[in-house]
Amino acid sequence: MSFLKINNLSVEYKMRRETVHAAKNINIEVSKGEILGLVGESGSGKSTVGNAIINLIDEPGKVSNGTIHLGEINIHDDLENIIKYRGKKIGLIFQDPQTSLNPIFTIGEQLIETIQTHLKLDIKQAKDKAINLLKEVGIKDAEQRFNNYPHQFSGGMRQRVVISLALCCEPELLIADEPTTALDVSIQSQILDLIKKLTKERNLAVILITHDMGVIAETTNRVAVMKNGNLVEIGQTKEILTKPKQTYTKSLVSSVPPTNKKISRFIIVEKENQPTNNTNIKILNRWTKKEIIKQDLVEVKNLYKSFDDSFFTESSKNIVMAVDDVSFKITEGESFGLVGESGSGKSTIAKMIVNLFKPSSGDIYFDKTCITKIKSNKEMMKFRKQIQMIFQDPYSSLNGRLKVEDIIAEPIKLHNPSIKNEDLKNYIFDLLESVELAPNSSTRYPHEFSGGQRQRISIARALATQPRLLVCDEPTSALDVSIQAQILNLLKDLQEQLNLTILFISHDLPVVRQMCDRIGVLRNGKLCEISNSEDLFENPKHEYTKELLRLMPKIETIYN
Amino acid sequence: MIKYFFKRLFQSAVVMLIVAFVSFSLFNFVGDPINNMVGEETSDEERSQLRESLGLNDPVHIQFSRFIVNASKGEFGISYQLRRPVSELITERLPATIELVFISALIALVSGTLLGVYTGINRKGFFSDIILAISLLGVSLPTFVIGILFIYLFAVILGILPSFGRGEVVDLGFWSTGFLTTTGLKAIILPSVTLSLFQMTYIIRLVRAEMMEILQTDYIKFAKARGLSEKSIYYKHALKNGLIPVITIAGINIGTLIAFSIITETVFQWPGMGFLFIQAVQFVDIPIMSAYLFFIAFVFVMINFIVDILYYFIDPRIRVKAEAASG
Amino acid sequence: MDNNKSNLLNRIRNSDVYFSFKKSPTAIISSIILAIIFFCSFFVELVVPYNPFDPSSLSLMEAFTPPSWTENGLSKFILGTDGQGRDMLSTILYGSRISLIVGFSAIIFSLVLGVGLGLTAGYFGGKYEMFVMRLTDVQLTVPSILMALLVDGIARGIISREMHDEMAIYVLIFAIGISEWPQFARVSRAATLVEKNKDYVSASTIIGVSNLVVMFKHILPNIMRPILVIGTIGLALAILAEATLSFLGVGVPPTTPSLGTLIRLGNDFLFSGEWWITFFPAIFLVLLAFSINLLGDWMRDTLNPKLN
Repeated sequence: MSFLKINNLSVEYKMRRETVHAAKNINIEVSKGEILGLVGESGSGKSTVGNAIINLIDEPGKVSNGTIHLGEINIHDDLENIIKYRGKKIGLIFQDPQTSLNPIFTIGEQLIETIQTHLKLDIKQAKDKAINLLKEVGIKDAEQRFNNYPHQFSGGMRQRVVISLALCCEPELLIADEPTTALDVSIQSQILDLIKKLTKERNLAVILITHDMGVIAETTNRVAVMKNGNLVEIGQTKEILTKPKQTYTKSLVSSVPPTNKKISRFIIVEKENQPTNNTNIKILNRWTKKEIIKQDLVEVKNLYKSFDDSFFTESSKNIVMAVDDVSFKITEGESFGLVGESGSGKSTIAKMIVNLFKPSSGDIYFDKTCITKIKSNKEMMKFRKQIQMIFQDPYSSLNGRLKVEDIIAEPIKLHNPSIKNEDLKNYIFDLLESVELAPNSSTRYPHEFSGGQRQRISIARALATQPRLLVCDEPTSALDVSIQAQILNLLKDLQEQLNLTILFISHDLPVVRQMCDRIGVLRNGKLCEISNSEDLFENPKHEYTKELLRLMPKIETIYN
Repeated sequence: MIKYFFKRLFQSAVVMLIVAFVSFSLFNFVGDPINNMVGEETSDEERSQLRESLGLNDPVHIQFSRFIVNASKGEFGISYQLRRPVSELITERLPATIELVFISALIALVSGTLLGVYTGINRKGFFSDIILAISLLGVSLPTFVIGILFIYLFAVILGILPSFGRGEVVDLGFWSTGFLTTTGLKAIILPSVTLSLFQMTYIIRLVRAEMMEILQTDYIKFAKARGLSEKSIYYKHALKNGLIPVITIAGINIGTLIAFSIITETVFQWPGMGFLFIQAVQFVDIPIMSAYLFFIAFVFVMINFIVDILYYFIDPRIRVKAEAASG
Repeated sequence: MDNNKSNLLNRIRNSDVYFSFKKSPTAIISSIILAIIFFCSFFVELVVPYNPFDPSSLSLMEAFTPPSWTENGLSKFILGTDGQGRDMLSTILYGSRISLIVGFSAIIFSLVLGVGLGLTAGYFGGKYEMFVMRLTDVQLTVPSILMALLVDGIARGIISREMHDEMAIYVLIFAIGISEWPQFARVSRAATLVEKNKDYVSASTIIGVSNLVVMFKHILPNIMRPILVIGTIGLALAILAEATLSFLGVGVPPTTPSLGTLIRLGNDFLFSGEWWITFFPAIFLVLLAFSINLLGDWMRDTLNPKLN
């Protein structure tokens, strides 16, 4: 017997040009003791459904239709009074624990207020209950920490506090909206374990909203797949992931990088761009083709970087070593991966290699020249041309005030000032073609493109100087998984055809496995180990690597 | 805490020193102080004697340190125009300005904050629209126009309030107050309302923006999701966060009011420091100008210092950051 | 080329800003009022028949004529005349031209200075940034109207009396301009700090683009929106500051009166009942400032919803 019954739920946003249907006639049921995964890409309406259940939709959106039954009660019967079910019957957890708590009240004050809003307890009883809750969600020294302010907790601990607040009035339904997306892998698994444990112990009905198929596979009993506000498919998690019926679900599952093997290409079911199927891309003609000698293109020697900005901030102590004695080599033509959690220093290393930061000490050699010691601008330009970078956030990596053709023309003109207009135009078209964008894209502005398309423009810009080394800093982590698959395919193709050397930086182990020949694992600025990809995944040597591999959500767990 | 306190104190002192240097340069390098002090008929010998006796031939750093010592004692020399010590002129006029600014600050802060919170919470109400339209008109009305309008309305046409002066004042020895007589109280109504209007509209808009931003935050959304009452969400969770910047505003507000009192005092011929200052500007009376600058900067720096210390007690984030810094 | 132009027009027509403008009656009305005021002020010779500063056209006989719709009004002086028999409407429009010139010049001066310093401070950081920001801190310690008064006072001390009237307008522009720049510096620095950390700036650096080009070609266009907003509100403030200073008698001299000067001169006649001499310039000034503020308010909501 289902506890939560969502019937024909629709949510509309009346926008200036049209009405957007964020959710259309959604029917979902969840039983007690069960975790239902709600999965979909950005804009699919999965969060909308979560918020609509307790009628917490931001203006100008509103629930336009549908009933929601908790047990026998239709809580949408009287939307004015839904406030009495919030917190009491239904608990909600949001994505970012950093911003979910009121910064100027202690967690104790926030817990007691919430408890006393719904339960008839005096201060003493409320406090006892709150402390027990904190213990239950795994906060040590709960009696002392009770009086702490939110900013005194780490991200993972804070999410535990958020969970305790969501559960403090013993709701029977818990809605968790991307509860681990802002957290590192190791913290993520702890929080997911906690949610699983609480589901069992408290016999909760849980809706877990996420974009991560690995999380779905490891955590949920059943899963609902959403796309563009529609419910595509719903069923047992194992059924859906192993035998998807709908085309969309199939493409979603096939786009997820497998964690247990390396595949040569992702199977793309629905493509965002027109495939070009050109085996020989035109920019090859311009490429000053070099024979690949198996030599070291990049050598990093005893690199250190500390950010000592005590002059500007309040803290004068604790100089943090962002990069701590890191050395590695990248052979020409290979893909080298750097993986690590947030704060591991992986992006800092990338920025030193492309010369955005100067290292505190240590040297970086490129093609046998030490580029960290170059003083003259002219000398530096030679290397600027050969080292290019692709960034994480496609929305900030393109200047919104420039047309695509101007964005791509800038590096070309800078390094080849004598280029003729006609030639420049052709070159831009060739570059756009090589990243599978239509030639008419050139006269449009970045905001007219989707995230994946912007990332392609970014790649075209990086290729414009004909670089030998391409540094990719989390190039797909802001993208939906189906788009990610396409971009990764593109990068593989380009590397093959242009003999690019790639430094690939990511927190996402499965992605790194698909992309890289060799991998270095970073933790707190230190390099733990460097191995060939397959060795690293099959026989990790370092304890930290083992732990990371154990904790990463694996979509394959569902097959066992 | 102590480190935080001294750090702020040190920063304040640096700002004061810079302002003191500007005041000092004003005094020394704008025009010739000797020319300004003596008449045309004074002989060159007498002039150089005066120059020597005033220490104007000493090296600049000695003159500057003497200026600092004198300034800290409240001595800024003698007014060129009125031929009286500046310190005496200022103490005479200080009470009038302080009383005016005090009442105005009270009006501006209290009503500005209340209306700002109201319009921030009731974003689309009829009253909110009216308040906002009026507040926009308020920032478009220069203080002197409001003053003229008030005088015309309440003094010329209705004849119920005086158009100039402080009314009768009671001398308490160190302080002369207009608060103790009916005419004094009546006299302060128009100038203080005039002075507060511009600041009030400014505060309304700031507080409203602050409240609206806070109501968009995740922690307010999470509070709603926990089923807390609207009353608690608006008046406890949002308001307490929203009031933190009001402390800063209050600080700036008082300093700005002192500066804008120059205009109000001119319109209402209010015998305060601003009135003194505007006359000084017209007659290039440098000692009064530099003393006034010094005084305003001092008030500002003191207020900022107090605001920083208040923040320490009110905002737990700053408290923890400061404690972490001092180990 | 034509294609490009229609492209731009289409872009404007499709933009959210244009859409919001079309939807906002206050924005439309205030821009119309401003267009009329700007036109009448800058082409005042074409609009009004009198030149109030031509002594031959003045007649003391016609002094203190009340507005045309009152009992003693004359139809040729719609808004009446002042104490010297000058037509009020003409005087106001000539005065408004002075006010607008001072306001625009001052705000452009402080915009160029403030954005220049704020942009470079945000971009280069370090001790230079510290220095610029401390400078704004110190200057913000002195309220803008006081700053302008001080600058004016100092200028009086330096410039000789004969030169003073001639220089008054430049002193005024400088005094108001110098008192407003910290706002621009702070906003543009804050915006630059945000933009600097965006990847498109890093991308340009990696390509090899020079700092100067990164700052002015890439960052500047992206921080223009908040600058335009405070520039508009600043224009209203500058016009009001000019009027205030002139009212206090330290601004534009009576020989070429601005709106503030007119209000000060008219103020003397308020008690004797000649209200129109001070009221019409005052109403005109408030209308001008109010229209600019309405437009600025709309811009703030549309261009930059997060800016306070």
